Amino acid sequence: MKYIDEYRDSDLVKKLSEKIRQIDTQQISLMEVCGGHTMAIHRFGIPSLLPENIKLISGPGCPVCVSNILFIDRAIAYSKLSDVIITTYGDLIRVPGSKSSLEKEKSQGADIRIVYSSIEALKIAKNNPNKKIVFLGIGFETTAPSSAVVIQKASKENVLNFFLLSAHKMMPPVMETLLNDEVKIDGFICPGHVSTITGSKIYSFIPEKYNIACVVAGFEPIDIMQSVLMLARQIVNKNYKVEIQYSRAVTYEGNSTAQQILFDVFEPRDDYWRGIGEIPDSGLKIKEKYRHFDAEHLFNIDIDFVGENPTCICGDILRGFKTPGDCKLFGKVCTPQNPVGACMVSSEGACHAFYKYRSYEPSHNNKFDTHPHDYNEANNMS
Amino acid sequence: MCLSIPGKIISINGDMADVSIGGNIVKVGIQMLDNIQKGDYVLVHAGFALQKINEKEALETLQLLKEMDE
Amino acid sequence: MNDFVTLNHGSGGKASSEMIQEIFIKSFGQVGDILADSAILDIQHNQIAFTTDSFVVDPVFFPGGDIGKLAICGTVNDLAVSGAIPRFISISFIIEEGFSIKDLKKIVNSIAKQANLANVKIVTGDTKVVHKGKCDKIFINTTGIGVFQKDLSFISDGSKIAFGDKIIVNGTLGDHSMAVLGARNELDFKVAVESDCTCLNHLIKDALDADIQVKFMRDITRGGLATILNELAILTNKGIDIVEKNIPVNESVRGLCEIVGFDPLYLANEGKFLMVVHPNDANTAIDFLRKNPLGKESKIIGEISADHPKMVVGKTEIGGKRIIDILQGEQLPRIC
Repeated sequence: MKYIDEYRDSDLVKKLSEKIRQIDTQQISLMEVCGGHTMAIHRFGIPSLLPENIKLISGPGCPVCVSNILFIDRAIAYSKLSDVIITTYGDLIRVPGSKSSLEKEKSQGADIRIVYSSIEALKIAKNNPNKKIVFLGIGFETTAPSSAVVIQKASKENVLNFFLLSAHKMMPPVMETLLNDEVKIDGFICPGHVSTITGSKIYSFIPEKYNIACVVAGFEPIDIMQSVLMLARQIVNKNYKVEIQYSRAVTYEGNSTAQQILFDVFEPRDDYWRGIGEIPDSGLKIKEKYRHFDAEHLFNIDIDFVGENPTCICGDILRGFKTPGDCKLFGKVCTPQNPVGACMVSSEGACHAFYKYRSYEPSHNNKFDTHPHDYNEANNMS
Repeated sequence: MCLSIPGKIISINGDMADVSIGGNIVKVGIQMLDNIQKGDYVLVHAGFALQKINEKEALETLQLLKEMDE
Repeated sequence: MNDFVTLNHGSGGKASSEMIQEIFIKSFGQVGDILADSAILDIQHNQIAFTTDSFVVDPVFFPGGDIGKLAICGTVNDLAVSGAIPRFISISFIIEEGFSIKDLKKIVNSIAKQANLANVKIVTGDTKVVHKGKCDKIFINTTGIGVFQKDLSFISDGSKIAFGDKIIVNGTLGDHSMAVLGARNELDFKVAVESDCTCLNHLIKDALDADIQVKFMRDITRGGLATILNELAILTNKGIDIVEKNIPVNESVRGLCEIVGFDPLYLANEGKFLMVVHPNDANTAIDFLRKNPLGKESKIIGEISADHPKMVVGKTEIGGKRIIDILQGEQLPRIC
């Protein structure tokens, strides 16, 4: 397939792997903050192609993982109302709230429908004029503009039974929070698709203020390997800047039409990131002029915040302090079938991706001597 | 984030387009893009086109990589 | 007859027998026993293969097939991959009140056609009609009986599998899943793939009769290739190495998977099997299978390994290595 296959050329990947190995550097840690990167890295087995001195850390790049547990509880509460249809991306359906999940509620009869696009949710609203259709808006700057488009459409076409519950968030604030945290990050593999909308300009503050390397990376193996090479070179030369590896889709300015649409509908607000806490101006709220499409504004339901499982260390994992292998629950109590924390729920969450796609290293130091379903050795992994 | 995939614009109908991805036709919203034409390649995410693929840059990326060492 | 199935059709009275005659008997042909309480079968073998399955697919009609075709092919294939010759099938229907008679006739004709192609007899059946909303349009249950010409239990239990044996699949993966997904109106896609639903018994019998040391076979249905491989690894307590770029996947299935975030390794198929053969016979097996339209895209995808017992390890398209795990839960369209 065009623009995909060429970027999976194994000879070029091998070449890049050799170039990366030639770089003489002490241990460097590169953090990716995009679930798409988490998935791609594990799916293609990229860690097995990198030298020991380059460590890839998975950050809070999964919007499902970082959505407040209250968001799910709220959606569940709405779904219990007889005149409500919940429409959601598939990613949210198994996310555990404090007591239940959308999947469980669906099996009990709640009208919860999975859609691929928010436009489908709008169609459902048009086809069901006597119902209130609530669309669950998760995602970063890649997805938020599509929620904005749909609200503009709903407004223009007078679809007054369509509502959005926003959990949309923005990347730069959480990236800055991580830099003020204790985990050692030498460079960011910046999210390629967020950047198609925002432009690479949003990361400028990172090298300027923190002397951290940044490369905006695509999602194919060549993109990721080339980005690792570019980051390593920046770090070795101490020449910190924002570079664009994903130049076929990303520019400095980004998509200004999409940005205009986004900020016509949304404005920043303080937001709670699961596992991290409250970050100022990191979320997106529907503006006053479109408030009648805001589900939060429509429904007046009290939700009790129950809190997270105390043994769950998703927060530490999301911030890069710990890895899934460090978690006592990983693979034993917490599995993709029975997720406890957010990192295991989404297939892009660090724990889920790790569980599903573990990189296999057939050396004498084989960390996978035992069957993957036996995780006694999991706690020895770093 | 996030799952986005390049596809080719087959036809345009107002603010929606038919996009071919591996032979499958997907209806995609093109509200975020101006000056889109039939034959253009766009990045599709959650039923919307986010950005047009820059063919020149795409080729250059690969070309530079192939020339590494040469 | 009415245009729609009514509760009356399920009551056992005149409407019932009318429906049975006009639709089922007319299609299934020579039936004699079908109207008796039991089919009396003459099976002169010590061992028989016996299987059961239920079919609830939605939508009922999809590119490349329908629920009826699926019912016969699914049952025939379950018998065939154990090495048995499929002979007899029972079929029972649970139909929702209001289901279109025209559609019912189409499905029944499809069943008759497949049974004919597979050379199996439908010997007994049943029909129930339930109130609207008590089942989703139509559900079908089958049982199947197959016979063995010789002892082939190793084909199912994997007892002859040895290190170095090669693993073959007879064609592209994921076609059925994606055809059905595309046929649902939820996603606004026009899918360029058809279900691979087909009866594999003739191809399998020919392969087993040919001069090929077949060690094991299994149908690749729900859970996909990855699940079957993991089951095999656990069954034999051996490792499995897979070369991912050898796994045949249609371009349109690949494209769809990329769009909705599915992994083709976990997709259901209805016309694909996995075969483990002696390494010396792998190329012969491939050549043999490729001569048949149902095996024209057969590929050697991996081998049984002495390393990493009970684990399936994949060499990725770019030369990296990763563990291929069992399917955890139904794949759902995602944006992340």
